[in-house]
Amino acid sequence: MKEQLKKISEDFAVQIAEVNDLTALDALRVAFLGKKGMMTAVMKGMGQVSPEERPVMGQMANEVRGKIEAGLTSKLEELKKAEMEAKLKADTLDVTMPGKVPVKGSFHPLQQVIEEMENVFIGMGYEIADGPEVEYDYYNFEALNLPEGHPARDTQDTFYISDKVLLRTQTSCVQIRVMENKKPPIKIICPGKVYRSDNMDATHSPIFHQLEGLVVDKGVTMGDLKGTLEVYAKAMFGPETKIRLRPHHFPFTEPSAEVDVSCWNCGGEGCRVCKGEGWVEVLGCGMVHPDVLSRCGIDPKEYSGFAFGIGIERTAMARFGVTDLRQFFENDKRFLDQF
Amino acid sequence: MKTSISWLLSYTDIDKNIDPHQLASDMTISGSKVEGVEIQGADIDRVVVGYCYEVKPHENSDHLQICQVDVGNEKLQIVTGAPNVREGAYIPVALDNSTIAGGTKIKNGKLRGVPSCGMMCSFDELGLSHEDYPGGIKDGLIIMNDLEMFAGEDLSKLIGKDIMPVLGASETIIDFEITSNRADCFSVLGLSLEAAVTEKANFKKPEITVKEEGTQNAADMIQVEIKDPDLCPRYMARVVTDVKIGPSPKWMRERLASAGVRSINNIVDITNYVMLEYGQPMHAFDKKTISNDKIIVRRAADGETIRTLDGEDRNLDSSMLVIADCNGPVAIAGVMGGENSEVTDDTAAIVFEAAVFEGVTVRRGAKKVGLRTEASSRFEKGLDVINCAEALERAVQLVEELGAGKVCKGVVDCYPVKKEERKVEYTPEYVNKFIGIEATAKEQKDILEALGCKVCDGYVIPPSFRGDLICDADIAEEVARFYGYNNIKSSLLSACETTQGRRNRKQLICQKVRHNLIGSGYNEMLTFSFMSPNVFDKLNLPQDDELRNAVKILNPLGEDFSIMRTSMLPSLCETLAFNHARRVPAAKVFEISYVYIKTSEDTNILPEHKQLISLGKYGEGDFYEFKGEIEAMLNSLKITGYEFEPVTDNPSMHPGRTAALVIKGKTVGFFGQIHPKVADNWECPANSYVAQIELEPVMAAAVDIPKQKELPRFPAVTRDIAVVLDASVPAGHVEKLIRQRGGKMMESCTLFDCYQGAQVGEGKKSLAYSLSFRDMEKTMTDEDVNKIMRKILNGLEHDFGAELRS
Repeated sequence: MKEQLKKISEDFAVQIAEVNDLTALDALRVAFLGKKGMMTAVMKGMGQVSPEERPVMGQMANEVRGKIEAGLTSKLEELKKAEMEAKLKADTLDVTMPGKVPVKGSFHPLQQVIEEMENVFIGMGYEIADGPEVEYDYYNFEALNLPEGHPARDTQDTFYISDKVLLRTQTSCVQIRVMENKKPPIKIICPGKVYRSDNMDATHSPIFHQLEGLVVDKGVTMGDLKGTLEVYAKAMFGPETKIRLRPHHFPFTEPSAEVDVSCWNCGGEGCRVCKGEGWVEVLGCGMVHPDVLSRCGIDPKEYSGFAFGIGIERTAMARFGVTDLRQFFENDKRFLDQF
Repeated sequence: MKTSISWLLSYTDIDKNIDPHQLASDMTISGSKVEGVEIQGADIDRVVVGYCYEVKPHENSDHLQICQVDVGNEKLQIVTGAPNVREGAYIPVALDNSTIAGGTKIKNGKLRGVPSCGMMCSFDELGLSHEDYPGGIKDGLIIMNDLEMFAGEDLSKLIGKDIMPVLGASETIIDFEITSNRADCFSVLGLSLEAAVTEKANFKKPEITVKEEGTQNAADMIQVEIKDPDLCPRYMARVVTDVKIGPSPKWMRERLASAGVRSINNIVDITNYVMLEYGQPMHAFDKKTISNDKIIVRRAADGETIRTLDGEDRNLDSSMLVIADCNGPVAIAGVMGGENSEVTDDTAAIVFEAAVFEGVTVRRGAKKVGLRTEASSRFEKGLDVINCAEALERAVQLVEELGAGKVCKGVVDCYPVKKEERKVEYTPEYVNKFIGIEATAKEQKDILEALGCKVCDGYVIPPSFRGDLICDADIAEEVARFYGYNNIKSSLLSACETTQGRRNRKQLICQKVRHNLIGSGYNEMLTFSFMSPNVFDKLNLPQDDELRNAVKILNPLGEDFSIMRTSMLPSLCETLAFNHARRVPAAKVFEISYVYIKTSEDTNILPEHKQLISLGKYGEGDFYEFKGEIEAMLNSLKITGYEFEPVTDNPSMHPGRTAALVIKGKTVGFFGQIHPKVADNWECPANSYVAQIELEPVMAAAVDIPKQKELPRFPAVTRDIAVVLDASVPAGHVEKLIRQRGGKMMESCTLFDCYQGAQVGEGKKSLAYSLSFRDMEKTMTDEDVNKIMRKILNGLEHDFGAELRS
């Protein structure tokens, strides 16, 4: 019996080495461990073994069985692994072939700039207001300290619908509409279309976009205006950006300023973008004129405020390197796809 | 406004050698914006005065000459082709390695074998015009001996000197932008005061003394009557006799030139000089042309005319102010004088006018006659009655200085209502609080006093020429300007309550729509909101279509931009056509924007601004894909229960391929293929699709926060049916009925086949649906489903005569 077990063990070692597929492995398992297999046959002879030898034989038989089982398991894993490898090899793709890109559209570059500006101011606690583009002369001019005959009206070539109605030349009219309808604290921005009678060229358009801002509350200072615009400038033009305020005149703010940002292209050293100045003008602003507040029923002794107006096209041109304004309104898909 | 830096600084003790760019930058920062600094001859380098002492012909040329020239420290041989060179001439010489106008470099060289060291120059080559130098010629060298400006001068002293200062062409000109509130800065004195305060220097106005050597009294020679004192607060006149018209001196001509004003003669130059210096336009009348020696300031009569100094006849009306004598107008007040009273070479006595006219009247008058002059652009900003008097004195002082005539005694001064001093509320505390600075009362007072204000307790009296200082905020600006805007400490509304920033519901919904459409492959476009009235014909609209009733612009840029749009279709068609013309194979665009709908025929009433979602595409996909993209957009807003109805009567759209979008029983838009005729009109591709949907009702139907529905625990049962019915029955109606009859157990209804042809017979179609039913509470039995199926089939048979297809 001892010899038989030894032979089985030796035979298994020889035969398992020759197994190459799962079917052969299964056949081998049946041949050695099956009900009619070799081990079963040997074990049947256990009855004839003397009682003294039985434990020894039993132990030996178990060892052989254990070896066979281990051999079968390890072979099975080996074969499965090989099979998986073969499958993976067969499935291999040329991953350098082009991907299938879903077709997406794009936001208009001007809208992208508007949305980015909106996000900056929403982050500072502003709401977004809107107002009509076909507007009363009153809101566009009169209420903003630009009565009929005021020389500053000349600088804004206006499209008229009638004596009293025009296409708004600035988003500042929304200031008045908001102040008439809301009590302070007021913190709004208003992006929108404005109209001026300019012929179309690379830097002018009769329709363009502005973003107006207005804050009215108790104790608002010009320092607050400056701080707010610094946050805006850093957000839009980069964290290193500096701003510079130059006194200017707008009839509806006092004091008024034009604001330059340090050139985003050269950082202030002077280049083609800033025409060697190191600064680029980006917006106009000021403290809301007391007369404008009074006209809207807000007491300038109690409240103060600031306002600003930002040109969208100019910012977008700088941001995207667009050199011809007309492209924004032509809507050539190949242009729009780039943003 | 342009002025030479030397003129600007002449009233101050600012260092005359200040860097012009530094001054320009300082003044820009304090509020006098510099548009440009032009240094005349800045590009000219190493060009000096030379003396040509020998001229000999060149052996190998019939036009070149060899000259020997003394340039001071050396003697040079220069070959020139200029025919006007001559021995004994003083000529500008560009030395070796010099630069002439336009950046051209000059180096030593050889001309036809003869060494030539440098070049002798013409006016052109120095960037100058011979017209500014009487005696000079255009084509040829500058022969300094011939120039009037050097008449009687010993030129030998100039040999070797830089040519540009010698020719008086090295002035630095600063160009200031003047804002509409600063009439006082529309003058050299005004800007000079700003410069002085900016540079913390002293400022001094010219001292004026008038000798009055004339024998007569002005009051005996001329009378003035103001008929409309509301339009003319002050009118002053001086009389000058024994007038000698002639050229004005070089210093005056140079200063005028630096401001871009051409010299005419001494009298005209004095009026222009004083206008530039004081900002007060002046006028000189030939006294003999004023009949009855009486000047009347009055409104023009309707239909009156005047021939102005430029020889044009101008029509006047009663909104304009004129200076007249008893025969009629002699000047349009504040705009331009009349030809009839012009000073000429034989003028013996003149009347100098200095007056203040109401700004708006001048501005409107100038606009009406189409004449915006240096004078009118100053008057329209509102001038000062005190400055007016000083300017008149300055003018006659100059008359005496220039020996242009004898000034008669006294001033005729018509000044009906004396201007009172204005008190403007002011405290240093207010300024600090408003601006957000901590400037001491002394610092503030120094600034305000330097500007000419009188600082009192609780108020400030601004100088009369500062008509713009009216309220406390105006005073705060003056302090802030010179304290330095850029010295203000930045803060972020530290005194105010925190507010919540956000987009409102409409803005959020617009954002969702835009994001969804971009996901569907649409590019966002931005189009003009005005257009041509001919778009309506191109849209195939009948003459009485209400869309034609658009808001009209009174003064459009042209017919093509003359009405506000009432429809988005023209913008869509134009964009599609534009891309098609540029051979873009396929395009999908959208925009959320306004159309402008009249609410009244009264043009003084604002139109409704209706916000539309509009889409357009060509090139790829069919009607159903387009419809699907619109449905996807609605689905993204969680809108349910929208429906579609065929539209056959939209004249711009294909009658068989257009649908209305119906939400809650209301039509809120349409979409489909554009009419082939319209596609042709716009040159759009034939397979162009457009949609126009109102934003408001879409917004109303949108669900902001969807509520979760429980996921099913019991299986669904599916049944497929095919029904045959009349081809004309819209599938949408069939589905609507199936869903109604299916009730709440019906989970989905999907059309998977539509067949028309021989198997179902002429005029019929077969629609095949896959239906799915589910009970959330239990597993449905066959019998449960059969009951519902019977209801559906009965309904289909009853409403549409449909038969189950076997």
